[in-house]
Amino acid sequence: MRQKNLELMVGLFVALGLAAFLILALKVSDLTSIGNDPGYRITARFENIGGLKVRSPVTLGGVRIGRVIGIDLDPQSYEAVVTLSIDPRYNRLPTDSGASILTSGLLGEQYVGLEPGGMESYLKNGSVIKLTQSALVLEKLIGRVLTSTAAGDAPQK
Amino acid sequence: MTAGLTGIGGFILHKLARLGRANLFLLRLLGALRFLFRRPGWLIKQLYAVGVLSLPIILVSGLFVGMVLGLQGYANLVEFGATSSLGTVVALSLIRELGPVLTALLYAGRAGSALTAEIGLMKATEQLASMQMMAVDPFQRVLAPRFLAGCLAVPILTGIFTAVGILGGYLVAVVQLGVDGGAFWAQMQAKVQLFADIGNGVLIKSAVFGILANWVALFEGYETLPTAEGVSLATTRTVVITSLAVLGWDFLLTALMFGVW
Repeated sequence: MRQKNLELMVGLFVALGLAAFLILALKVSDLTSIGNDPGYRITARFENIGGLKVRSPVTLGGVRIGRVIGIDLDPQSYEAVVTLSIDPRYNRLPTDSGASILTSGLLGEQYVGLEPGGMESYLKNGSVIKLTQSALVLEKLIGRVLTSTAAGDAPQK
Repeated sequence: MTAGLTGIGGFILHKLARLGRANLFLLRLLGALRFLFRRPGWLIKQLYAVGVLSLPIILVSGLFVGMVLGLQGYANLVEFGATSSLGTVVALSLIRELGPVLTALLYAGRAGSALTAEIGLMKATEQLASMQMMAVDPFQRVLAPRFLAGCLAVPILTGIFTAVGILGGYLVAVVQLGVDGGAFWAQMQAKVQLFADIGNGVLIKSAVFGILANWVALFEGYETLPTAEGVSLATTRTVVITSLAVLGWDFLLTALMFGVW
């Protein structure tokens, strides 16, 4: 009887441990979004992707519709080739849609924002987005402001 | 002058010999593990002693560590208006560091010291020697079940600690402080990776810490001087050495897993 009790308690202990791992896997981690990736792929070429990373979100109108699954460099044109996986529910994106790399908040992470175009045909697996806008690199922006103010100030000195 | 050098040399040789004995001890222990397939009952009994009986301290500590993380994270993040990433902060710190490390430290205090005292007393009262007299290998009968049970219990306890801690963080952040619950879970799921974070942090780290903690506890018990003072000394050493080893290895593992070179 005592041995049975012991086994019951140990069984409960192990079950509790498994439940904890299950919670961690299902509720806490990204398990729900990996493995089953039924999205269709489209690629976009950017001059500069800034701090974009694999797994960064792809949004349209602020709604997340996919994510970045690959970042590569085209050795001929020196452009970054970003592969996006889009949820098949959103399969009516016009072919002349534009993609730009945006930042959420002032210091937040970078993501790909899509703006829908007006064409009648839709993007499908393997399509390429032609209208792209690179990430804003803060240093270049500041540099441009500085040189323009310096040029503006020069005659007065 | 010569006496000082002799002292240093003797000290280092003594430590090296002890390290060597500890490694031989681990090898014999691993060799004895296969006998457990024939007697799984021994394993169950030890799993109860080191695992089930450690549950209360693990549950309570996990809950409170998670709640404190929630409070501290909120107090700091609210200044930047970034309270929606509180879930990420709580989950990542628990999964990567606090869960495995604190569980191992608590385990060393709760179960490791008990293991050392038990084995040490067995040695002091010559129970281990009398087993050998009866041709029973104490490594198979006494040490191996305790070692394997401990190595299984630590990862399980770590998983429970982490899950309860995240729940504690949720209670404080969402229920008490009014952080948006959807953002709490969504940001967490967006940032926590199954293999890179949970696999590396909770599973691999806690497995390493489990081996360390039980190895130290059993070895210190086995090497105990057979006196009352020796047993108390060995118990203290178990807690101290395990804590230091866990913290040192945690730094190494973190550098390997999450380091940016």
